[in-house]
Amino acid sequence: MPSLIDRVLEGRKIQHRRPWPRAVVGAHLWRFVTNELAQGRLSLLGLWGERATVHMAIMDEDAAEIAIVSLNCPDHTYASVGKFHPPALRLERAMHDLFGLSAQGSPDSRTWLDHNRWGVRFPLGPRIDASSEAAPYRFLPVEGDGVHQIAVGPVHAGIIEPGHFRFTASGETVVRLEQRLGYTHKGIEGLMTGADLERAVQLAGRVSGDSTVAYAYAFSRASEAALDLAVPDRAVWLRALLAELERLANHLGDIGAICNDASFTLMHAHCSVLRESVLRAAHSAFGHRLMRDVIAPGGVMRDLEDEGRTTIRAMVDNIRRRFPQLVELYDNTASLQDRTVDTGVVKPALAKQYAAGGYIGRASGRSFDARRTLAYPPYDSLRFDVAVLNEGDVNTRVWIRVREVEQSLSLIDQILDRLPAGGLRAEPGHPKEAREGMAIVEGFRGDVLVWLRLRDGLVERCHLRDPSWFQWPLLEAAIENNIVADFPLCNKSFNCSYSGQDL
Amino acid sequence: MRKLLFQGLFRRPFTEPAPSPDDAAAAELAAELGHAARRRLGRSLSIREIDAGSCNGCELEIHALNNAYYDVERFGLRFVASPRHADVLMVTGPVTRNMRDALERTYHATPDPKWVVAIGDCARDGGCFAGSYAVVGGVSEVVPVDLHIPGCPPTPTAMLKGLLALLERVDAGAVTR
Ligand code: SF4
Repeated sequence: MPSLIDRVLEGRKIQHRRPWPRAVVGAHLWRFVTNELAQGRLSLLGLWGERATVHMAIMDEDAAEIAIVSLNCPDHTYASVGKFHPPALRLERAMHDLFGLSAQGSPDSRTWLDHNRWGVRFPLGPRIDASSEAAPYRFLPVEGDGVHQIAVGPVHAGIIEPGHFRFTASGETVVRLEQRLGYTHKGIEGLMTGADLERAVQLAGRVSGDSTVAYAYAFSRASEAALDLAVPDRAVWLRALLAELERLANHLGDIGAICNDASFTLMHAHCSVLRESVLRAAHSAFGHRLMRDVIAPGGVMRDLEDEGRTTIRAMVDNIRRRFPQLVELYDNTASLQDRTVDTGVVKPALAKQYAAGGYIGRASGRSFDARRTLAYPPYDSLRFDVAVLNEGDVNTRVWIRVREVEQSLSLIDQILDRLPAGGLRAEPGHPKEAREGMAIVEGFRGDVLVWLRLRDGLVERCHLRDPSWFQWPLLEAAIENNIVADFPLCNKSFNCSYSGQDL
Repeated sequence: MRKLLFQGLFRRPFTEPAPSPDDAAAAELAAELGHAARRRLGRSLSIREIDAGSCNGCELEIHALNNAYYDVERFGLRFVASPRHADVLMVTGPVTRNMRDALERTYHATPDPKWVVAIGDCARDGGCFAGSYAVVGGVSEVVPVDLHIPGCPPTPTAMLKGLLALLERVDAGAVTR
């Protein structure tokens, strides 16, 4: 039986297939795909614009098949996907702000990234002068007896990225949370256009600092797909090593920070020490604590020397000795469990609808992990388990991270044991004609998607989709009926990226 | 948990067992910084961090200042939640146009005397985001900056050194505000 993706693409001319097919579709098929998304038979991986085209990346999760469908819209309008499939709503609003492409029939036509401060509208599209009259942003109306609103941010307490949260509470209970993001919008996709690969990968590595490895990795894989460039084996394995070190550091930091927000600072203190040990090992092995600018199109920029290898081994051994005690401490502290169990629940149906990745999806029954589902090398030849649980509360998101720490330790061992010898980098060519590529890489937070088109060695268009796009909206749902005071805890257990989604 | 707490009591602190030259240097720096703060302000130094559009990389390293290796709090350096309690604003990122107002307002909410430290390459001049329609540029385009600490992101040690340099300049009267 042909798969759903096959049926969507049947009879279409496949423009590109690097590595997944992209086809231009008409309005009819666009609506068919929208309907399949709404029915839960397809998952939305991304939705992005160009001057007069809308692209949508979709996946058939059962078959693990992926495709991109593109709709030409010379009149700058297209049929809203979000109208039937809400996960698309914010992406449509962002696309409108950047390109001026408008989603017909969308129930939410408010701006998202554009706060009327740029001096220009549709900066990546027709670029028209912005009017100085700023219409105030309309938060959704809330009615009811005794409800009150609490507005927080963009600058809020602590060392944290900026964003605005509008709580509507009845007594202590949150009735609704509405997020307003976009404060850290830097126009990265605009800066990408016309950049050469060297600058472009540098920008990609600065989309979200905690995922600098994942972004450079995804960007590089996308450009290698576009250029048909084979990466030397040693670099393939070193990239996975970098990715697992990044995952390890972030998960350790998160586990501690979540406990800290439940007022259990002892865990935080111990986890921060372990996190620091990963960063120091990274520095000694790759010359940078966050391992920035190590991965580049064609391979990696630095080799792992014996000394770095020894430091990483010692760090892994140390964590393997100390971490189980901390897990036991977490598990046995009733006051902590009291805060995390049943708090901030994401229902599995919602995680599936939003195709939420990372620990958020996997704590709510969605098993997708790009390392396993898409099995890009070297993960196709490494042994690891993908932990999946169903409860979807703060506690479960902690446990998924705990399991992933254990798996990353094992993966690092395997990679160090089997690291092949050889070159580090293949030189990317500069084909004159347009070449497209896409890649999905599992960052610590979830799947990072990069799609790009290169021409003559320069980026013509590059879209970078953070996993947070499909996670932030779930936080709005998860906090409902929790007390306001539990918001920091819920928020930390999600740890969505602001900069990654603001871009 | 008892076991872990007891260990915590009787085991020597993390930095002690084998202080690498780096740790020792960091501790010395932080101690000096604490002294300088007390000389100058007669009390500890309160820092409010503001992300004016960063990639979050700088924040990760500012967080690290609080881990047991650097533990700046033991030297009287505190991160506070409100700008109204702050002596120093640590500002990261290229200032985005969407954050410009919030940065200005936070600056004005901070009582005098106050010092602004711009953290990271982006905070100097917008870094690799300079020139974007969405970016104003460096922090000094929006509020006066007393010190810039370079790096992408600067290491915790570099930040300690920078803060110390600031206080020394304040002591010497080179910065008056
Ligand atoms: S200086 Fe580097 S780490 Fe800091 S905000 Fe800029 S890109 Fe991110």
